[in-house]
Amino acid sequence: MHVKWSSLGEVAVVSFGATVGVVIVFAIGVWALSARDQHRASGGAGTVEAVGAGACFLLCACAVLYGLYLIIPQFH
Amino acid sequence: MVIVTALAFDFTNGFHDTANAMATSIATGALRPKVAVLISGVLNLVGAFISTEVAKTISGGIVNDNLVTPGMIFAGLVGAIMWNLMTWLLGLPSSSSHALFGGLIGAVWVGAGRNGVNFDEVVEKILIPAVASPLVAGLAALVATYFAYRITRRTPADTVSKGFRFGQIASASLVSLAHGTNDAQKTMGVITLALISCGALDAGSGPPVWVILTAGLSIAAGTYIGGWRIIRTMGKGIVDIESPQGFAAESASTAVILTSANLGFALSTTQVCSGGILGAGVGRKLAEVRWGTAGQMALAWLVTLPAAAAVGAVAASAVVHGGTLGTVLIALAAVVVAGVIVLLARRNPVDAKNVNDARTTAVRPAAKAPVGV
Repeated sequence: MHVKWSSLGEVAVVSFGATVGVVIVFAIGVWALSARDQHRASGGAGTVEAVGAGACFLLCACAVLYGLYLIIPQFH
Repeated sequence: MVIVTALAFDFTNGFHDTANAMATSIATGALRPKVAVLISGVLNLVGAFISTEVAKTISGGIVNDNLVTPGMIFAGLVGAIMWNLMTWLLGLPSSSSHALFGGLIGAVWVGAGRNGVNFDEVVEKILIPAVASPLVAGLAALVATYFAYRITRRTPADTVSKGFRFGQIASASLVSLAHGTNDAQKTMGVITLALISCGALDAGSGPPVWVILTAGLSIAAGTYIGGWRIIRTMGKGIVDIESPQGFAAESASTAVILTSANLGFALSTTQVCSGGILGAGVGRKLAEVRWGTAGQMALAWLVTLPAAAAVGAVAASAVVHGGTLGTVLIALAAVVVAGVIVLLARRNPVDAKNVNDARTTAVRPAAKAPVGV
């Protein structure tokens, strides 16, 4: 019997990395968003935080689009 | 006959698998129950259309398709449906993919002999991924949950849960879509195989549009009508889930399903999702996990393949030795058992209204209700 341990390992590493990566980026985005709100509440503009949050969510959106690209074989 | 049975299987598949994708979103309040199930059903249909790659390759490998007859496919499907309905009644999220494979393996083993089944393929393509995939999803969700809580530690709780609820809508939709492109394909593959084996289609052709449409629709209908039971177990039975955990669990499920589908492993959406949810629970607080429910599920996973195989084998021997009469008898028996299970489930309905109640209140009495009262 021939078991493809290498591709099994690949699945494990890739999915682990992708999950943890996306969730961390998203959490940073949420954190930045709330930092912006606090900044605004104390009279500031909070632009830096807003841009940071936007960048994080954009990164997550890209990950979702890449996922869609993988699902749909017509793109390959 | 085979096609009707296959569609019935798809219907019960909707009871189980599709529900998983949306369970955590419903439990955390990210989506209202009916909206969630509707989105899930639609995306499954869409997923069924955008990719039929899996359907084209389903028959190759696990069983020897030169030896398979429509009667065996029918017997295998009966085995899978019976097992799906039993676990659905108990609210146990077992894998309908494994039920399908188990039923087919049992039926072909009896119908065509031991060499009709490629056991090496079964171990490599089903058993090993079955063990590995929930572990990977669970581990990924665990670490992701830990970081999600760590990073947002000083952020006001309502901002956090609002933000992650929004993210959950996207992640849950992706799980549904991935499910549509994977699990929904398995039944289409079986219907196509049946059509080829009785000569209605040329060998090597893909599933026709009406097969894709009816298979997708019956999964969607199954989700809408019967998915609630499993959703309650997944969303409330294992851990009390919060939206960052839900997001982590769904991201993990999507990542695992997509990467392994890319490399050709047939894995179970159900098991991956429950692994993810379990991991997300452990990532926050170990004590919150209801290990009893988790243990029941693990047991159901172990039993699924052999149990469905046993029913499939019995059905196949009736079909092979009993001819047309045997087939009719098996079909009647299946309808009767399905009817009894539906009646039992009626006594304790789970729907959009009570889907977020504690699991133990209603499911246990239903499980213990004596048959035939």
